[in-house]
Amino acid sequence: MSSRVNDFAFKIATANGTGSGSANGLIMQSIFRMGIPVTGKNLFPSNIQGLPTWYEIRVNKNGYTARTPVFDLVLALNAATYAKDVAEVRSGGWLLYDSTWPLDPKLIRPDVTYIGVPLADLCNSAFKGIRERILMKNIAYSGALAALIGIDPDIIRALTTEKYAKKPALLDSNDKAVALGYDYVKANYDCPLPIHLEPMDATKDSILIDGNTAASLGCVYAGATVGAWYPITPSTSMMEGFKGFCTRYRKDPVTGKNRYAILQAEDELSAIGMVIGASWAGARAFTPTSGPGISLMNEFLGLAYYAEVPTVVFDVQRTGPSTGMPTRTQQGDIMLCAYASHGDTKHICLYPSDPREAFEFAVAAFDLAERYQTPVFVLTDLDIGMNDWMIPKLTWDDSYTPDRGKVLSAEDLEQAKSFYRYMDIDGDGIPQRSLPGVHPKGAYFTRGSGHNKFGGYTEDSDEYQEVLDRIARKVQGASSSVPAPFILEKTGAKVGIITVGGCHAACMEAVELLDNDRMPVDYLRVRGFPFAAEVRQFIDSHDINFVVEQNRDGQMRNLLLLETGASPTKLDSIRYYSGFPICAQYIIDGLKSSLLVTA
Amino acid sequence: MSYIAKPKVHHPSLKPNAIGLTRRDYEGALTTLCAGCGHDSITAAIIQAFWELDVEPHKVAKLSGIGCSSKTPAYFLREAHGFNSVHGRMPSIATGAGAANGDLMMIGVSGDGDSLSIGFGQLCHAMRRNVNLLYVLENNGVYGLTKGQFSASADSGSTSKKGEVNTMEAIDGVLLALTLGATFVARSFSGDKEQLVPILKAGLMHKGFAFIDVISPCVTFNDHEGSTKAYAYTRGHQIEVVQADFVPLRSEITTEYEAGSVQKVTMHDGSVVNFRKVAEDYDPTDRDRAYAHIRQHQEAGEVATGLLYIDPSSVDMMEQNDVVPTPLYNQPFETLCPGSAALDKLQLRYR
Repeated sequence: MSSRVNDFAFKIATANGTGSGSANGLIMQSIFRMGIPVTGKNLFPSNIQGLPTWYEIRVNKNGYTARTPVFDLVLALNAATYAKDVAEVRSGGWLLYDSTWPLDPKLIRPDVTYIGVPLADLCNSAFKGIRERILMKNIAYSGALAALIGIDPDIIRALTTEKYAKKPALLDSNDKAVALGYDYVKANYDCPLPIHLEPMDATKDSILIDGNTAASLGCVYAGATVGAWYPITPSTSMMEGFKGFCTRYRKDPVTGKNRYAILQAEDELSAIGMVIGASWAGARAFTPTSGPGISLMNEFLGLAYYAEVPTVVFDVQRTGPSTGMPTRTQQGDIMLCAYASHGDTKHICLYPSDPREAFEFAVAAFDLAERYQTPVFVLTDLDIGMNDWMIPKLTWDDSYTPDRGKVLSAEDLEQAKSFYRYMDIDGDGIPQRSLPGVHPKGAYFTRGSGHNKFGGYTEDSDEYQEVLDRIARKVQGASSSVPAPFILEKTGAKVGIITVGGCHAACMEAVELLDNDRMPVDYLRVRGFPFAAEVRQFIDSHDINFVVEQNRDGQMRNLLLLETGASPTKLDSIRYYSGFPICAQYIIDGLKSSLLVTA
Repeated sequence: MSYIAKPKVHHPSLKPNAIGLTRRDYEGALTTLCAGCGHDSITAAIIQAFWELDVEPHKVAKLSGIGCSSKTPAYFLREAHGFNSVHGRMPSIATGAGAANGDLMMIGVSGDGDSLSIGFGQLCHAMRRNVNLLYVLENNGVYGLTKGQFSASADSGSTSKKGEVNTMEAIDGVLLALTLGATFVARSFSGDKEQLVPILKAGLMHKGFAFIDVISPCVTFNDHEGSTKAYAYTRGHQIEVVQADFVPLRSEITTEYEAGSVQKVTMHDGSVVNFRKVAEDYDPTDRDRAYAHIRQHQEAGEVATGLLYIDPSSVDMMEQNDVVPTPLYNQPFETLCPGSAALDKLQLRYR
């Protein structure tokens, strides 16, 4: 068969809690350092130890980083899932297994090439102790894989040397384990396989990072000082990231004291209360959570909306409803966040598509929350938040200053004739704000009960409506301040694809593949809510638009219908909600089948 | 929360405090609670305490949840920011506000429904965290705004206005606080201003969570025979086990005490609480003995009052988190943002 260079995918099947994470990370990073675009998806169970787990790696010279469902090679290292893993190899592909034990003949497929490597035997004779043997078996498979697909052993060696610089014994074991797998495969099989790697120069301006880490870094750069949270998958690593960065950057150089406070709350209700309290008192504060947390926060979110307190919430979405599948990805909270809480509300939402935007939108979220004095949601998902993505390096403009909005200083208040908290003084619907402890003239009563523009309690219909209408105008005004939609146009296109967040990579790939197939489509990715005017214009300028999203009910399509006033006949829908990230082929198939039916 | 603006009238005869303010300057809007409500007496005691402490009103944040008691922050300190939050969730707002601005003097006013039912978890965790907050639980054993349902502090065997008997055990805020490790625990009575004011002052100066359960009769729904939160019942069963005099730092001690009758406890800023012990062998710094003592009175159908327990070595939330002394909300941005050079360097880790 002819060879396929830098364009293939493989999958590694192991058991949770055996240390395969380090091995998989090592493989990803080695390929990245060879200059080849690479992406990894960790499909893990809600479990600490023992259940099956998979790691998918795709290398693609064109830079396509979406998930692919076609696997050229499967490393079947978990006997419990052999049958499933054997079935997943594409016809003509390869399967690596631990040949310490014979393979059940029922698992033999005639169209697959089997590569047996006695990993357990090799590690049992090379290492002592059960734990080390299990851990090193994983490292040994990275060595075997390196030989099969042509990962540069010097790069692996450099990575292990960096990682275990301070642990020479571990470095020694790792190197030994890599060599075990590598040497065995080299001695027993023709290497490399027809699917293999060759060095490129396509990653030097990129980094490999997950979205939770990037978002937490954005919080540090935005000047957030209070983080309140309740641990919930898949958002937990965001606060761990924030803590790590604060430890590095936020210690007073003289006293060693912290220029931040991290509050682990008793539940999400309390976490959002702390964020509202801290923001009310003038700090930049945030909470990372996931769908179940947003459900609990609803009451407080209505208070923040109505009392006009800046509030930043990161929703790393997972599958719902209810507990759902906590370690699987989805975009199921689009509606929940847009209108959280009882009564009439509408909230600013930002939709990053990758870790780079997670970093940038984190900063934007604090600016928008303070400028508009309202809750702002940053909606990522498990795929963006927890998987390592190849993204262009993050950049920072040192001339950035935080937009604190209309906050009156002690001097402002001293000079002001009067201060009324909820008065629209310049027509943009945004009132002036004062902070506690600053000046006697700034005092007002923050309340979720009916209030008039002076900040006083009211049960008067006109006074109540006046404030409520102003808030609606204020939030709608944010449509021109949220990140503008990303638009890509192809010559002659009459069909549009509209998407949001983490579907971006798959959509971009689909758009290119369709264009190559002489089916040009235009593409728009929504990046913020309330929607910018371009969104409606895009919808109207196409015969039909396919809204691609990862939920059952077409939540983004529904939100577009509700909020843009576009005709339902203009909006078709492609929905994927298996819990795994969407693939380009799914979009292409959905679009083609719908267009063929219509034609 | 309904209120009526109160005219600010200055009487030349009113005595100014050390910063030149009179008690009028610590007042707020007119109350809209029922005439005779215990909560209004507590408000008066709060005004007195702030005035005596010479606090600048705008340095205070007054917070509450939802309910009759939670309306009262509108009735004192008109020059302070107020936050009437959602039912039972005031502690989390206070926790966040305290984290953002450690210089704020915070008072939270809550009720027995707000604290012991819907907000039970938040109260417990704010105590556990030792948030620097004076928490006043205005305890009347009944839901007033919804017209007379038992609250979680209603004693077993007590009756409602309609004659219904409560069969469930009460949750006692003071015993709860002692169990959870609260660093300042007191109980008082809205009708005993002489006892309440020094406790409020000590609570405001305490570094950490100061919990005061104040029996505050509801004249409309819970002041009848059969109620254990009525004026008559409380007057008849209140036992003051310890009297606390609060002496702020740098004040002259004017009260004369008989030798051996006083236990001095020095607070974090050097202020002193002088405990005049009414009960023998009572030690307000001994958590276990305080607990046992209160239980004994409870068994006898009595309500033990006073500043019952204090931990002078209390370490509050911000100290536990080792936070810089300058309030976080006021940190210069350049000390918070690491900048582009640091970002370039950091990203080598992700290569």
